[in-house]
Amino acid sequence: MAILTRTRSAATETARAERPLKKRTYNKREALAGYLFISPWLVGFAVFTLGAMAYSLYISFSYYNLAKNTTRPAGLDNYRALVEDPKVALALKNTLFFAVMAVPLEIIFALLLASLLHRLGRSAGFFRTLYYLPKMTPSVATAAVFFLLLNGNTGAINKGLAVLGIQGPQWLIDPAWVKPSIVLMTLWGVSGTMVIFLAALKNVPRELYEVASLDGAGPVRQFFTITVPMISSAIFFNVIVLTIAALQVFDQAFLLFWRDQTNASPESSLFYGVYLFQQAFRQFDFGFAAAMAWLLFVIIMAITAVQVRFGNRFVYYEGDR
Amino acid sequence: MALTQSGSGTLPVGAQPAGVAATGTTTRRRRPDRWYRPRSLAGRVLLWALLVMFSLLFLYPFLWLLAASFKPKGQVFDNKLIPETFTPGNYAEVWRQLPLLSWMGNSIMIALLAAALVAISSSVVAFGFAYFKFPGRTFLFGLVLATMMLPGAVTLIPQYLIWKNLGFLGTKVPLWGANLFGSAFYIFLQRQFFLGLPRELFEAARVDGASYFGLFRRIAMPLAIPSFIIIFLFEFQASWNNLQAALIYLNAGGVEDFTVPLGIAYAMTKYAPGNGGQGDYQYVMVAALMVTLPMLVLFAFGQRYFIEGVATQGRKG
Repeated sequence: MAILTRTRSAATETARAERPLKKRTYNKREALAGYLFISPWLVGFAVFTLGAMAYSLYISFSYYNLAKNTTRPAGLDNYRALVEDPKVALALKNTLFFAVMAVPLEIIFALLLASLLHRLGRSAGFFRTLYYLPKMTPSVATAAVFFLLLNGNTGAINKGLAVLGIQGPQWLIDPAWVKPSIVLMTLWGVSGTMVIFLAALKNVPRELYEVASLDGAGPVRQFFTITVPMISSAIFFNVIVLTIAALQVFDQAFLLFWRDQTNASPESSLFYGVYLFQQAFRQFDFGFAAAMAWLLFVIIMAITAVQVRFGNRFVYYEGDR
Repeated sequence: MALTQSGSGTLPVGAQPAGVAATGTTTRRRRPDRWYRPRSLAGRVLLWALLVMFSLLFLYPFLWLLAASFKPKGQVFDNKLIPETFTPGNYAEVWRQLPLLSWMGNSIMIALLAAALVAISSSVVAFGFAYFKFPGRTFLFGLVLATMMLPGAVTLIPQYLIWKNLGFLGTKVPLWGANLFGSAFYIFLQRQFFLGLPRELFEAARVDGASYFGLFRRIAMPLAIPSFIIIFLFEFQASWNNLQAALIYLNAGGVEDFTVPLGIAYAMTKYAPGNGGQGDYQYVMVAALMVTLPMLVLFAFGQRYFIEGVATQGRKG
């Protein structure tokens, strides 16, 4: 919409160029009022966003002294330290691996639930409320409960698996199961994504399914050739949003593994967000942490750009001509 | 061709798009929203079986939490959904064990401030972007959208230093202070809403001599109450759950000054056997339940606002 306005005014301005030049006039009082109304955001943006970003960039090129609250230039030292620190690479690896594991599972699970609820029609409301409850639970409460549920020896999850005859793993101790345990916790709260998919499913025109079934397509075929393309914009949106969120995981990782000194598998539970937090607010190495933050920023931008470039070919937007 | 039923509205009961009759086995009228129901018995059974199974999976941790909060120390792990030794005394004892009341009080105050401030400021800013024309409007709003994509980590440290240099470090201000300036997503939401209001409403008021702020206060805001509530509820919940900010700004202070998430984290550590605690996890469970209850109440009250708010995220602007 913003882009439309721009091109429209560009077009009218070219038209205007034919006639005697006339600048686009703004009602001064209206413009002033407009600025006044957005001034809270302008101030906040200038200080807490733009200013903060510039400051953060500056800090990433400095050594910060906590005691004296001063900085001195460090050139590329922090970035060099970033590259040389094995923990940074480890944290990146862990976090990316987690994202690759979590995002597809979240999408699939949310889509599955949404499909089920969609088939209910009216009574979906009750289940939708029910499935939304976990999302309302504070992440601390979730972590506290799952901390006990995931206990390898006495936890309910393993006891339940034992009933099915499966030997449950040491979720919180075994390095291989650390990330899956966080994925599990994330999946428990997947209903936000589910709600978006539910809304998207409702918007798929019924006729498409009717025509397809007249042509003899079974439900599976219908799902992949009709449903998925028609809701592809919702899938696209969720992939981007969930990936960005997955790359910044902090709460669960911190609460389950880094709250205190006892951590049975520090290598596999070191998430980027946790390591950054530790470097900034436990070690107070602001320069290094700022460099980490910028690295994360670049990585997120790159991944999102790839997703957008790649996704635009597959996404169908209703009403986009 | 018949009009498609789009969105989540329900058509009146008698409505019958022409296409349906061709696929039904009889010419019996079918209500549009029943179209998606599986027709075979096997399909219905499968559907309900899956639904119930997932319901149990989602509910189980809650039930476990509820049960565990009533168990004495040794039985917290016995995984029985009905406690063997019903111990309501936990709920009395927990207040002595942990400053839960302070934590909740702190969280409520901060969340109320954060939610109210951000809802008001975002509405003001959104009205500015929606109603007025001024140079650079498109560009500035583009900036607003861009900030939505910013990872929090980039501004975490400088914001800390800003609060430090402003002298607010020992206080709770950093946990709600930034909300004075509006927040990108909420600005986006409110602007969407305001853009949908007919211009004539405002023109008429202008003719009657209303000031710009009067337009905002008397016309735009009363109409915007539903989305205002959405913003308020969302931010209240976000503030209530915010662990990282509490870890950064409150961890160094007294335990009574903690907010709820920080308090629970503290409790988890306090009772951990590895740290010299006694394993009294039942108190952690009671605390976890107590801090979830306000959220559930909020949800019960504002359920449709939450779900509407989330669904809006998925719709294109």
